[in-house]
Amino acid sequence: MIAIVDYGAGNIFSVKNALDYLGLKSILTSDAEEIRNSDEIILPGVGAFPEAMKMLASSGLIDTIKTEAHKKPFLGICLGMQLLFEKGYEFEECSGLGLIPGSVKKMDNSKLIIPHMGWNKLEVLNECELTKELGQNPYVYFVHSYKAECDDSFIAAYCEYDGKIPSLVYDGKYVYGAQFHPEKSGNTGLGILRKFGGLVK
Amino acid sequence: MLAKRIIPCLDVRNGKVVKGVNFEGIKDVGNPVECAEEYNRQGADEIVFYDITASFEGRGVFLDVVRETAKKVFVPLTVGGGIKTVDDIRETLRAGADKVSVNSQAVKNPQLIKDGADVFGSQCICVGIDAKKIADKKWTVYINGGRIDMKLDLIDWVKKIEALGAGEICLNSIDADGTKEGFDIEMLDAVCNACSIPVIASGGAGKINDFAEVFEKTGATAALAASLFHFHELTVGQVKDYCRNAGIIIR
Repeated sequence: MIAIVDYGAGNIFSVKNALDYLGLKSILTSDAEEIRNSDEIILPGVGAFPEAMKMLASSGLIDTIKTEAHKKPFLGICLGMQLLFEKGYEFEECSGLGLIPGSVKKMDNSKLIIPHMGWNKLEVLNECELTKELGQNPYVYFVHSYKAECDDSFIAAYCEYDGKIPSLVYDGKYVYGAQFHPEKSGNTGLGILRKFGGLVK
Repeated sequence: MLAKRIIPCLDVRNGKVVKGVNFEGIKDVGNPVECAEEYNRQGADEIVFYDITASFEGRGVFLDVVRETAKKVFVPLTVGGGIKTVDDIRETLRAGADKVSVNSQAVKNPQLIKDGADVFGSQCICVGIDAKKIADKKWTVYINGGRIDMKLDLIDWVKKIEALGAGEICLNSIDADGTKEGFDIEMLDAVCNACSIPVIASGGAGKINDFAEVFEKTGATAALAASLFHFHELTVGQVKDYCRNAGIIIR
């Protein structure tokens, strides 16, 4: 059972829909007990960093998430990936979950259109379970204005936009983060979710 | 680098697909969920649903369409029409939309753009604009499906909505819409130069070359069409192959 953390931010149902489509059992939940009892956790998120942290805090889930992310496969998606880092700078400085060293900053490049919105191609930097069998043209869908800044060793795959954008991050143990939306990235994205579902011990 | 997006748009009324030509003479054809699945198979990079239902009951039916589509189609879904409040945005996103498109209501109440962006992030707030040329390099913004001229300068409006936090603009040319004579290159170019957020070209696509032209001549990051795809004159796949062969980056 995959627990999809429902803390009131944005479009959580598309993650659920994609898992249903793949035949992976999941539950939308904001209950700490259900999250503890799950085999894997997905932290989705569409929205703004401080607002999302506030909602997580008021759901009383921050400690549960931090503890469980060290015990079983954990995937943060989009804003959920950004929240994995130590700090975010969207509107204001704000602490994140601190599961992966690094921070999240506004993409600031006057030559580029921001948000980075649309289909971009993954380039694998450090192979991990989720980057296996990505195929020839692994285009995935991005929608974001902020990007992670972290050590290369945590980057499983990046894409080229404002320099290298960390697109799939991995702590080397249980914690994965996808800056793109696998649940909105056609067959490539469904393949990545299927792999994540297969990580369950 | 980012691939240019090809986006089919489905106008939906009372749960069924419709397409107006110059916003008049609406024909009633098709099941929106099936249409969306077909576009997904053809390689659509995103799908837009536009609700032109006026009634409360129709709105419920429309959100059911969004919900059903989101269970079967795993590319981004943008939903517009009838969105007036932050609660409407929340409800639409929870039905399975990835982005909302606000048009007339954003003109009447620009604060909606800011409030929506503050709560859900800029990237899910697309502002739709219907504009018409009034003089050389001058266009004004219309609302209510192109019926009311707000005497609002297009470029001023574009700058204002960007400042308010809009994440994307879908720019429809009233002059080009329904003509099938190509996108409104001049207006698109002016808007792309006036802002730094993504601009979707809308209105006027009639030939396969129109898509390559809009990407070659303007900064538009996506091109949207409705009747062309809906009436099977071209498939999304054909348009993408053509653009790819013309050297444009396409998924």
